[in-house]
Amino acid sequence: MEEEKKISENELSEDVVETVVEENPEAEEDLHGENLGDRVKVLSPGRMVAKRFFRSKLSMVGLVTLLFLFLFSFIGPMFSPWTGDSNPKGQVVDENTTDMFVRVEEQVFSFETPDGVEVDGYIFIVNETSINTQADLSWKHWLGTDKDGYDIFTRLMLGGRISLTIGFVVVILETLLGVLLGGLAGYFGGWVDNLIMRIVDILSCIPTLPIMLILSAVLTEWADNGASWLNGMSKLYILMAILSVIGWTGTARLVRGQILSLREQEFMLAAKCSGLSTRRKLFKHLLPNVLPQLIVSMTLGLGSIILTEASLGYLGLGAPIGSATWGALINTVKLTGATWNFWVPSGICITLAILAFNFVGDGLRDAFDPKMKR
Amino acid sequence: MVKYIIKRLLISLLILFGVSLILYVLVRLMPDTAFYEGLDLQATNVEQLVWQRKELYGLNDNSFWGIIKGYFGWLWNFVRGDFGESFQGTGAVSEMIFKDMGVSFIISFVSLILQLLIAIPLGIRCACNQYGKLDYAATVLTMIGISFPSFFFGNIMIKLFAVELGWFPAQGLEDATKMLTGFDKFLDQLHHLVLPLFVLVILSIGSLMRYTRTNTLEVLNADYIRTARAKGLSENKVVYKHVFRNTMIPLVTTLAGILPGLFGGSMITEEVFALPGIGQAAWKAFTKSDIPFIMTYNMFIAVLTVVGILLTDLMYALVDPRVKLGK
Repeated sequence: MEEEKKISENELSEDVVETVVEENPEAEEDLHGENLGDRVKVLSPGRMVAKRFFRSKLSMVGLVTLLFLFLFSFIGPMFSPWTGDSNPKGQVVDENTTDMFVRVEEQVFSFETPDGVEVDGYIFIVNETSINTQADLSWKHWLGTDKDGYDIFTRLMLGGRISLTIGFVVVILETLLGVLLGGLAGYFGGWVDNLIMRIVDILSCIPTLPIMLILSAVLTEWADNGASWLNGMSKLYILMAILSVIGWTGTARLVRGQILSLREQEFMLAAKCSGLSTRRKLFKHLLPNVLPQLIVSMTLGLGSIILTEASLGYLGLGAPIGSATWGALINTVKLTGATWNFWVPSGICITLAILAFNFVGDGLRDAFDPKMKR
Repeated sequence: MVKYIIKRLLISLLILFGVSLILYVLVRLMPDTAFYEGLDLQATNVEQLVWQRKELYGLNDNSFWGIIKGYFGWLWNFVRGDFGESFQGTGAVSEMIFKDMGVSFIISFVSLILQLLIAIPLGIRCACNQYGKLDYAATVLTMIGISFPSFFFGNIMIKLFAVELGWFPAQGLEDATKMLTGFDKFLDQLHHLVLPLFVLVILSIGSLMRYTRTNTLEVLNADYIRTARAKGLSENKVVYKHVFRNTMIPLVTTLAGILPGLFGGSMITEEVFALPGIGQAAWKAFTKSDIPFIMTYNMFIAVLTVVGILLTDLMYALVDPRVKLGK
């Protein structure tokens, strides 16, 4: 038993304590005493978490992927020749093509001459438009062009801007609401707690996707009836704001639960005895202790919001058809004659983003866990 | 215990009341396209006809009191079990839901069984070799599974196995061109269900496996497992007799919570594969703003959720004697 305890202490000490290589010779003199404290460096909890986080391979993969996706969508379009503000899509159509597009419309006749030569007659249609639609992959268009002649690769980058921004905005809104209401419920208890938690119960029983479908239909109706502020992307932003109004319940539950357990601990008694104000107790002593779980749930939430936006886009709701978000891009799979380069790239981007947020969130959870030894 | 259950039931009723109120107000705001169905839009009296139709359902008064009145009218009918007639002209809503529920339930149930058969053994194995090769591989794969949007994965599977390779039918539940009966029909349906089931199982295996893994890890650190090992039991006996049973405690409770949800269907998967389930019916209702169906469907889902939460808590007390419900 004693032996085992020692081993586990040793394992722990690898993390907590690090021997410092002595650099200045003057310090050597002190070492004759038992001044061991000078020889070890104690890592602060924050640095310990960072160390554990950066040690985990999966979370690093996630972090690098996220970095890549952000650079891809925010810096990338600046280097694309097809970016421009000539239209609401922020993109330029490829009109400079000189290719003549010839298509077989139908076979008119077919007969065999007495010599045994087959003669077939076709009607050809020569495409006069100079817009390069549905182009194949080339150096000019890395992922080809879509039905309107827009470069898909550039659309993918522009779509990432909106999809990623939405994720962050919704998560921050959700967290603010959740911390505020969850904190109130946990700290004050009593009827405040009861009221807030019943609201949480009600909101979490409302099925999310159907509600978003209803709201989308309502907003479309209002836009058709002349509410001009709903046109274009603002409909998507309003939908997402509503999503955070429904979605704060998880955060509120988490914060309330944490505060309920923290409230009973000694350091809160000490805070009470020193006569701190309520605000100070809440924001200086309680909330910082909830922060680790909050960060983890925010990271994991980012992935799920990107998924929701994509689902809405797939069902043809949310962002207006034809606009560039990852969800709207994957919707093109339903078009007749859609080739894989229309929708697979955006699907891969969505999956990568969710995966990366999950990896990072998981890594953070493990890093924050004080029971973890690795 | 009885007192606790009664209290919980009352709270559940309160929750459902709140949910229905929010839903009703939102649904009242929906566009009235359903009322134009089957009307000659060029006719001069079309507005009047629509007004008459809406009057029939009491949907014309959009003032505050009008909505409140309409809500309680709806609530009274709903409590009596009268869910109204569908605006799509396909009969009573209750019959429609009951008819479509079967397909959804069978699909979800079979996929749940498959998930359990794969995820639980895998989760336990991973926990027993924590940080081993299998553990890492399974963790990464399940994470990928969790992150894949179902519509993306489903469409890839359709394009790959149905369009390119032609192994499985792309959509629907039956081959409409063949008139099959009996066992042949069953086989045909099974053939149609291979892809949807595959997608459902692959995508949801991850969370269950991770849950099993976490629980098993917790149990493996318990004192009684050390005792079992110290007694000299073989590792197999420790894992499959002592660990496994205790891992099942939280699993059984979550499963009790999942069960009601099986009836609700999944809108996106059914839409992707065009399966005639309740999710597909709901999607149709949303596009046609079939208000009675939408209300009933959403309430149905809310009831299933509430029952699921209740069952989880009750199961917890039932399975684990250490848990005492009460207050």
